[in-house]
Amino acid sequence: MTHRQAVIVGGGPAGLAAALRLKEKGVSDILILEREKLLGGILRQCIHDGFGLTRFGESLSGPEYAQRFIDRVEEAGIESITDCTVLDVSADKVVTAVSRAHGLMQIQADAVLLTMGCRERTRGALATPGTRPAGIYTAGVAQNYINLQNIMVGKEIVILGSGDIGLIMARRMTLEGAHVKGVYEVQPYPSGLPRNIEQCLNDYGIPLHLSHTVVDIRGRERLTSVVVAQCDERFRPIPGTEEEIPCDTLILSVGLIPENELSLAATVALDPRTRGAFVDEHCQTSVPGIFAAGNVLHVHDLVDFVSLEAEALAAGAAEYLLTGSLPACPLEVKAGQGIGHVIPQHISGTRDFTLSLRVRQPMNSVSIVVRQGTQEVLRKKMRKALPAEMVQLPVKVARLTTTADMEVYVE
Amino acid sequence: MQDYDVIIIGGGAVGSAVARELTRYRLSVAVLEKESDVCTQTSGRNTGMLHAGFLYKPGSLKAQCAVEGNAEFDQVAKELDVPFKRTGKLIVGFSDEDRARLEYFIERGRQNGVPGMALIDRQRMDEIDPSAGGNFAIHCPSSGILDPFIYTIALAENAVKNGARYHLYTEVTGADRLDDGRHVLHTSRGDFACRWVVNSAGLNSAKVSDMLGIPGYVIQPVKGEYFVLDKKAGAFAKIPVYPAPTAKFTFDTHATPTVDGNVLVGPNSFNVEDGEDYSVRQSGMDGLQESGARMFKHMKREYYIRTFAGARPKHIDPATGEIQDFLIECRDDVPGVVNLVGIESPGLTSALPIARRVVGMIREREALVPNPGFDPVRHGIVRFHEASREEQARLVRENADYGEIVCRCETVTRAEIIAAIHNPLGVCTVNGIKVRTRASMGRCQGGYCETRITAMIREELDKAVTDVRLTNGNSYMFTGYVKGGGQA
Repeated sequence: MTHRQAVIVGGGPAGLAAALRLKEKGVSDILILEREKLLGGILRQCIHDGFGLTRFGESLSGPEYAQRFIDRVEEAGIESITDCTVLDVSADKVVTAVSRAHGLMQIQADAVLLTMGCRERTRGALATPGTRPAGIYTAGVAQNYINLQNIMVGKEIVILGSGDIGLIMARRMTLEGAHVKGVYEVQPYPSGLPRNIEQCLNDYGIPLHLSHTVVDIRGRERLTSVVVAQCDERFRPIPGTEEEIPCDTLILSVGLIPENELSLAATVALDPRTRGAFVDEHCQTSVPGIFAAGNVLHVHDLVDFVSLEAEALAAGAAEYLLTGSLPACPLEVKAGQGIGHVIPQHISGTRDFTLSLRVRQPMNSVSIVVRQGTQEVLRKKMRKALPAEMVQLPVKVARLTTTADMEVYVE
Repeated sequence: MQDYDVIIIGGGAVGSAVARELTRYRLSVAVLEKESDVCTQTSGRNTGMLHAGFLYKPGSLKAQCAVEGNAEFDQVAKELDVPFKRTGKLIVGFSDEDRARLEYFIERGRQNGVPGMALIDRQRMDEIDPSAGGNFAIHCPSSGILDPFIYTIALAENAVKNGARYHLYTEVTGADRLDDGRHVLHTSRGDFACRWVVNSAGLNSAKVSDMLGIPGYVIQPVKGEYFVLDKKAGAFAKIPVYPAPTAKFTFDTHATPTVDGNVLVGPNSFNVEDGEDYSVRQSGMDGLQESGARMFKHMKREYYIRTFAGARPKHIDPATGEIQDFLIECRDDVPGVVNLVGIESPGLTSALPIARRVVGMIREREALVPNPGFDPVRHGIVRFHEASREEQARLVRENADYGEIVCRCETVTRAEIIAAIHNPLGVCTVNGIKVRTRASMGRCQGGYCETRITAMIREELDKAVTDVRLTNGNSYMFTGYVKGGGQA
């Protein structure tokens, strides 16, 4: 067994940003483990632009955004092993990994940084009725085929779900000559970002059907059609509204799930709201010395925020490694009325930190209120609040007490 | 025209078992399978249960074959390298009516020679599996679970190893006789001649029987739908849990752990006209959610990873509609035909016992010479996931492909995928790789590995993108390259 100060599981945007900040903070012995052949994570297949507007003030493609970090990681001499899959992380921070070049490795880490990202929800998880023919792809899988392997998955396309990757793929497949017949979203509002609705659907005349879902899938060998129907406010299909749409391809963009199998192996406690770890303001999980950030913690809307969160993690992890401990975080942060989830779930009350949250449904002219007991810590007025857009609220220590739990709610 | 001593129509578990048992003798044997692989229909679409044999009428073939097949399966699983666990089974009851029926089946089990069945109370159930529903139960220790895909594949591979030939995508469309009495089978891939035909066509067994000159049988396909649950739910499930049989002696929805650690919830049961329509219905799924929760306390939406359906080819009496026993016949008025009709549950358990009966019927009519080279042993693909850490380290040292994880959820390596792509049956579909390795059977359902597997199929078999198939027929995955594209 070898020993490392910090092992980073996953060399996507979160892992890369965390590695760089750790190094800047004086941690020298860092190892990034990445299962793909190249660093960069999912950004490698995101060849559209719009990345980095917040961080760099310019619009980059996914690979360009990733490359800025990869270059700096290489300049800093941070070690990484690609083509290497982590098989297990134990609660005492032994990382077991395997690669062609290095065989089976066991590494005792002082700190483990979980930056594994997320996976896509599937048709099986939705239990959509019908047959199981060829021609059904999640948006990310279609994106991989088209952008990394140059392979087209179909010609007549229906998209279920209005997640951002699905919207991006609607445009991408249209540009490749496919006919995208429509996007069907079960909720009464889109789940993707407004800019993607505009630039990927409206600009190409692709119709978005809200409060609709796929109720049947047909075709025994290749997909031949789907049946869509309108849904009521409880997402139940309304009888009589069914319409059969001939198509050879169904793209699913129905949600992302933080990929926390390794976290569970390490006995990290997960929040049922985010499906990621419970963390404190240092991004430390319920297991001391194990940290999590990025899409493995909660699904983000913009990669810029993933990088920021990973840097906050790195600051905490560096302090943990260099001083041997972090301030206790006994105060709970509760997601109240109108809030889908909030990160972190625990705070010290003695330091600045940033709250990341999403609202439950679209709302106009509301305030997001942060409160400790009777004291209002923060109030942010929003003309428009959308579940698709993550809200980031920096909180200053001067406004905090150390005696009361925190609640975040919409007013 | 290809010419064989024996041609088996249908490469399911039973057809493959027949092929394997026939290769114990000096016979040229071929299997004609209309689909892309050996377990795409009934043999692969079931619970994977090794039945004990208490449900069937004493003296029936179903009872005899199930008990016989159950008793020998530890040896069979070892010989053919089939994942198998003798878990036992609980058949649970809630009411007095259930209790009476359970007692009836304990007696029936005793008559059929099923060992060790006992009625147990809730306290004893909790010791066996607290996740099981019900107030009391039969505990049947001889029941077990097996991987139905691997079992069918193993039988077929062992048959091939011993000289049998498999013809996939070969659908029999008609049959004639030559002057010497031999059969000519017309298929989607040309004509085949043979002295003996074994009809093991499952859902199509009545149709094939008719082609072979034995008309009049009726197959009623009875469909069942299933949920597959995540291994996180599997952590709770220790033993298959069945409800007390219905008044018609059939089982409703059960919850069964699989050998790989998932849970199957299903099947429901309803008659259909087209047994090969494997779609699932919303109403069916809704029903399973409710009935499944009665059997398994962790039936939750967050655990769903897939749905599927299968159909049991029930042989019914057209006059009364009553379900018949397995039909295994070799008639003097239609020589050279062994006819298997209505081989449904417990067909998987009974595959080898049925096969031996088929061989016995042929042997009664002609002398069979033993094949001295017959080797009953088959080795499967060595699974990285099932190896200890020490063995894993050794596997990677010996073959670097074991160091590349292709399927993250099921921890399947490149070495296993390559072995599966070059399988002895020549199956080259994405689903063929899946059932041989478990790659893409996990919670992400191929989200991570499918793009890698299709690339490996193209590389290893030098296939064009438009020739990659998911499963049967024209289930093409891709329409071509992107604009101005070409090889990536």
